[in-house]
Amino acid sequence: MYGQAKEHDHDHDHPDFLGHHWESPTQQFEAGKFGMWLFLTTEVLLFGGLFCAYTVWRSNHPELFRYGSQFLDTFWGATNTAVLLISSMTMAMAVTYAARGKTKAVIICLLLTLMGAAGFMAIKYVEYNHKFHEGFYPGLAFYEEPNASHLWQPLDETAVAHLAHDKTMDMDESNLLHAEALVRAELPEAPAEAVTWNKAVAGPGPGGLTTSHEQEQLAEFTAFLPEAFLGDNEDIAGELEFADGHAPGEAPHMAHPLQDPVRPVNAQKFFTIYFMMTGLHGIHVVLGGFMIIWLLYRTIRGEFSREYYTPIDLGGLYWHVVDLIWIFLFPLFYLI
Amino acid sequence: MADNHEHGAVGHIVPIKMLVGICAVLLFLTALTVWVSKLNFDTVNIGEANILIAMGVATVKATLVCLIFMHLKWDRPFISFFFLASVLFVLLFVSFALMDTHANAPAIIPGNSTVIQQKLDALDASAQAAHASGEVSDGQAAHGDHAEDAPAHDAAAH
Repeated sequence: MYGQAKEHDHDHDHPDFLGHHWESPTQQFEAGKFGMWLFLTTEVLLFGGLFCAYTVWRSNHPELFRYGSQFLDTFWGATNTAVLLISSMTMAMAVTYAARGKTKAVIICLLLTLMGAAGFMAIKYVEYNHKFHEGFYPGLAFYEEPNASHLWQPLDETAVAHLAHDKTMDMDESNLLHAEALVRAELPEAPAEAVTWNKAVAGPGPGGLTTSHEQEQLAEFTAFLPEAFLGDNEDIAGELEFADGHAPGEAPHMAHPLQDPVRPVNAQKFFTIYFMMTGLHGIHVVLGGFMIIWLLYRTIRGEFSREYYTPIDLGGLYWHVVDLIWIFLFPLFYLI
Repeated sequence: MADNHEHGAVGHIVPIKMLVGICAVLLFLTALTVWVSKLNFDTVNIGEANILIAMGVATVKATLVCLIFMHLKWDRPFISFFFLASVLFVLLFVSFALMDTHANAPAIIPGNSTVIQQKLDALDASAQAAHASGEVSDGQAAHGDHAEDAPAHDAAAH
């Protein structure tokens, strides 16, 4: 028999953790679990709104996402995915150990999960900080006067204009970005050009740019580009790889999008949806961290047993949904 | 539940080995998507298939997390049904929004919105004013440190 609860002045006995409207611990557990799943469906619907916005924006303007995505660091995105996946595993382990009544193992697993949450947020902080430092703000703030000008190199816009107008190259807009990267790499000492901010390209492909006498200087450089895209020239292939593997924001010869002749119109929209979706997800990670601390506190107090570990199980479900959402966010933003 | 493997447990207990194995599979699938996305410019240009592969792999990963980590494999099917219903409604939401936006796509006004255009014009005016006054500073005293980095504006060249 379980210890009699003094606050229950009824003529029946039941374990402390069992509400007296339940027949058995299993019934209580199943009901609680269903309630948690109800909440999780509302979480799916909450993020569903943002996923809808993402899909509509990307479907109308794929060039914004192809352009903006290269400013995100795939390495850190993948690392964060691994961190969350592993913390999800340790959370599931905590549930298994809780069901077996192994309190010490539960505490260790919860601590590991908490470290995962903290690690994820630390990496996110570094990423956000980097973006803010370079002026990649969401919405209108994207167009504020830049204050990180020491990071920027003026771009020889005629070089890119030449590439953009070379019809024989038959480049799609993502190739254009790489061609642009090549131009930057080739001409690090580009002359200080006019600071003109109104030069975004509307939609995919070139537009609104003019060629100049500097074409000849670049003619030979651009002549071999099509072969380079086919991978015939090893040197250029290496350069392409460099341009592909490095976020333009990090490479010293890359300019801020505001100074970028091939920046698509409304480039800020990518960063808007990026910060909204990863930000809402980050809030969930932080809340999950507090939840794990609360679970740790109750575990250390010895409130859980083989018969009653519902909070750990349901907290685990929440943590897995956080993981679940990141599983989709990662390819949608980092792997375009 | 009736299929408890360990006596006296309230819910199904997932073995630790299975959790580690599933996590390894998830990490492998993550590496796979990253690798596939890098194919774009190196060897094969798979273009738009990338997003389909990435979302397909993400769906497989999500299914594994749901089935094993979240115990759906051993829970009442009603819970899975409930969760899938929410996903279905999100898909309906997205589909109808896409139909609407594609139907109206030709009516979308190209170019920047008025507010953004004003911001850009202000930036241009600021750069030109800085050049005209002989200062390379962008006009804000706080940025005087970077004066030597600010490119000079030569309107005549254009």
